[in-house]
Amino acid sequence: MSTRLLVRRAVSTTFVLLGAAIVLLPFVWMLSVSLKPADEIFTREIAFLPTRFEWSNYVEAFTAVDLTRYLMNGVVVCVGILVFQILLAVPCAYALTQRRFRARTLVFGMVLAGLLVPYHVTAIPIFLGLAQLRLLDTYTALILPFVASVFGMFLFRQFFAQIPSDLFEAARVDGLSETAIVWRIAFPLAWPAATAFAVFSVTAHWNDLFWPLIATSDRALATPPRGIVYFNDQESGSDVGPLMAAAAVVTAPLVIGFLLAQRAFTQGLAAGGLKG
Amino acid sequence: MRRLSRAGRDALTDLWLAGPATVMMIVLIFVPVAIVALLSFTDYQFGARSFRFVGLENYTTLFTDPIGRRAVTNTLLYVAVVIPFSMGLALLVAMALHEMATWSRMLSNVLRAAYFLPVAATLVAMALAWQMLLHPSIGLFNAVLSHLGFPRQDLLSDRGLVLYTLAAIGIWQTIGYNMVLFLAGLAAIPRHLYEAAEVDGADRPWERFWTVTWPMLGPTTLFVAVITATQSFRVFETVATLTDGGPAFASETLVYALYREGFVYFKAGYASAITMVFFAFVLALTLLQFRILERRVHYK
Amino acid sequence: MMALREVTRRFGETAVLHGISLEVAEGSFTSLLGPSGCGKSTTLRIMAGLDRPTTGRVLMDGRDVAELTPAERNVAMVFQSYALYPHLTVAQNIALPLAMRRMSRLERLPGLDRLLPSARAKRADQARRVASIAEMLGIEDLLQRKPGQLSGGQKQRVAVGRALVRDPSIFLLDEPLSNLDATLRVQMRAELAALHRRTEKSFVYVTHDQVEAMSMSDRVAVVLGGRIAQVGAPRDLYERPENRAVAAFIGAQPINLLDVAFAPGESSGPFAALAPRTASTTPLPARATVGIRPEHLVPAPGGAVRARLEAVEYLGAEVLLHLRADDGQALRALAPGDYAPPAPGSEIALAFEPRHVHVFDATSGARLALGLERAAA
Repeated sequence: MSTRLLVRRAVSTTFVLLGAAIVLLPFVWMLSVSLKPADEIFTREIAFLPTRFEWSNYVEAFTAVDLTRYLMNGVVVCVGILVFQILLAVPCAYALTQRRFRARTLVFGMVLAGLLVPYHVTAIPIFLGLAQLRLLDTYTALILPFVASVFGMFLFRQFFAQIPSDLFEAARVDGLSETAIVWRIAFPLAWPAATAFAVFSVTAHWNDLFWPLIATSDRALATPPRGIVYFNDQESGSDVGPLMAAAAVVTAPLVIGFLLAQRAFTQGLAAGGLKG
Repeated sequence: MRRLSRAGRDALTDLWLAGPATVMMIVLIFVPVAIVALLSFTDYQFGARSFRFVGLENYTTLFTDPIGRRAVTNTLLYVAVVIPFSMGLALLVAMALHEMATWSRMLSNVLRAAYFLPVAATLVAMALAWQMLLHPSIGLFNAVLSHLGFPRQDLLSDRGLVLYTLAAIGIWQTIGYNMVLFLAGLAAIPRHLYEAAEVDGADRPWERFWTVTWPMLGPTTLFVAVITATQSFRVFETVATLTDGGPAFASETLVYALYREGFVYFKAGYASAITMVFFAFVLALTLLQFRILERRVHYK
Repeated sequence: MMALREVTRRFGETAVLHGISLEVAEGSFTSLLGPSGCGKSTTLRIMAGLDRPTTGRVLMDGRDVAELTPAERNVAMVFQSYALYPHLTVAQNIALPLAMRRMSRLERLPGLDRLLPSARAKRADQARRVASIAEMLGIEDLLQRKPGQLSGGQKQRVAVGRALVRDPSIFLLDEPLSNLDATLRVQMRAELAALHRRTEKSFVYVTHDQVEAMSMSDRVAVVLGGRIAQVGAPRDLYERPENRAVAAFIGAQPINLLDVAFAPGESSGPFAALAPRTASTTPLPARATVGIRPEHLVPAPGGAVRARLEAVEYLGAEVLLHLRADDGQALRALAPGDYAPPAPGSEIALAFEPRHVHVFDATSGARLALGLERAAA
């Protein structure tokens, strides 16, 4: 191996290691502060890592604010959204590829057009509608606006379009109804698309602040990001440790999920880029 | 009971399969878009009993009012900063990791995961972590600054710096995503092209970059640029968590303005106009993205 | 019994079937034979109920089944791609049609099927049936595998098993052997024929391979350009093709088709020494196409047909002779393997039996009731 190549590798490796250190710095600092006792946080001699680990910040985070409740709300909202999205998107995507009906092109055109609309755009009318129906400050308000995922329909449609139609015809001959074909044949086959979509959907809605900020003012309905914003707002400067602990707890599920299932996460989130 | 004809049953099946999704799509996307477009020409306020059409007044306000203009220019500036840095750094990292994979696949994968971590992480929580890191008195950043003999900086309260600080967080958050796209693009370049370039005398790394890598990455780069732009246009979480658009509207952005005017001041009409301007920007970019995609993805 | 009456099918502007009428007798093995794109698969899909005719009727046991779904028609179908469900095991693949037919919606619910006694009993019954089918097809050891882990021949057997399991009224097979290698194809051919004898059901078999159609079926419908060109026993198709197109399609070696003028004084070419013989009193056409298969044209001293040898292909059992008549028309003849051909360029005399000659109308291509014999000197 030539010296030049070695030098080049050394330089590029140093560069990416340094970059990775900067990228990871906020994570490390968050954990570090969350584990520091108060006197180590508020000091002139700031240390990178705590000298002794203090779990009390985490205890405080769960008692000072209702962190458990926020996490539970996050789960309810994410699962609720995902279930409805799949219930609507999968049959529709199946119909778009495997059935011949007159409105098919129109519906697919709507899906493509829908991809162009960021959800911020529909916020005002949907807020108005929910207010009319007296549904603001409910789980419904957090779930309902997202049940029609055009991205999901698009993703599943692209997937179903690749499955040979023989398979569905065989199922028809075997006596399966169209609904049974959707859920017993098409959906299990679309598992890769479904996991990618689930990752995309759950990440988007677990991390979302915009809509919970608009649709709810009741603290009991706060999702994790909404919850820590409450915490941050009421925090007077002394609760830094618990605040970082809460932030760490909120971030943990997705980060751990990502580390355990890197492939699925990368694919799901990369696919999400298709959405406008 | 009379049995429906087969054509009738088929039509019912189609309705049952595609109907619910279509109805929800209309109710939750297309009708709201029409309403918001309509509202943008009114002076409607949430809770008001009536409203009147005011023509383009909301739009002229947005582009003449200093605060409104701040939102537009700040957003454009933010996007203009994030795109080149996020993409440039992502490309450098992707090329380094791509090369690293040839001698240590494991290290390359670990670093890849590290760079991608911010994409999956909850941005609101990470924004607070950044806030702590940059804290004027108890943050690591300022501790290091003062240790090196520089004056402390309050990056999130400084009118001149706050937008760049948010952009830095934006860059931090999007590098991993762009890196993954670039890595996919790099993996798709056939090895024999490099060998051919070497035979043709391009033996320095940067020569190979300009003769093979860059032209072959062309479509990916364009795609990444548009995605980064559409994502950056939506900057909201960091603003809402860290600055509330301040100080003195120095970090006001379009989506944050839409949120504040609409849902804090309840000026639905004006907020709708902001929405429409935001939508126009994103629409233009996304249509561009579709045109690029059309060349790469084959629709059935 | 299944019957098609004047079935047409159009896809937009393109007509794929132009009035297909066909009877599939109870217990028969009928093949639809034709080149790709001739409409044979569309015909099969219309029989199955997967596709609907634009006009015309589909009858089963005399009843119009246009309004019935494939499942209601109780047809079984084997697809060219086998169409096995990749996420289910072999046993589940075979059992699925049974579960769909014999169990209520409630009993089919995942989880509940383990709790309901009725569902348990039915599941056990299905398992027995699947096991007996598997034994019959020799796939007992594969029941717990997924289709992805099977070879082509094994997939083929599973697909047949899935068709077999629920006692259908008719079996529809769409090119089921075309994805297998040659050896396996011969073996599966015998197995399918045996299966047909054992089940005594009607089989409709779509293929582009005439060896498959001829060797397995008792009736073959030759489909050409969206029409049925001829229906008959394999032997009829070979020995008495109804028209020029069928004659050209059937046969391992392409048939010789030659233009012949019958008008007195005009006759030339390889058949110059021959005259038409007819039993009827219809006037003779001035021109016709004469078909004779290479295997029926053998070198014989004093043969009536004369042509010049151009090239020789030695095939082992036979020798294929490429010849040219004095009017420029090409001819092929098959000689026995031990035939010693003369040098290229020599003229050869060839003989044939009168019953092997087919005469077709020069314009319509329809078979004419004509023979050829050596002209009286």
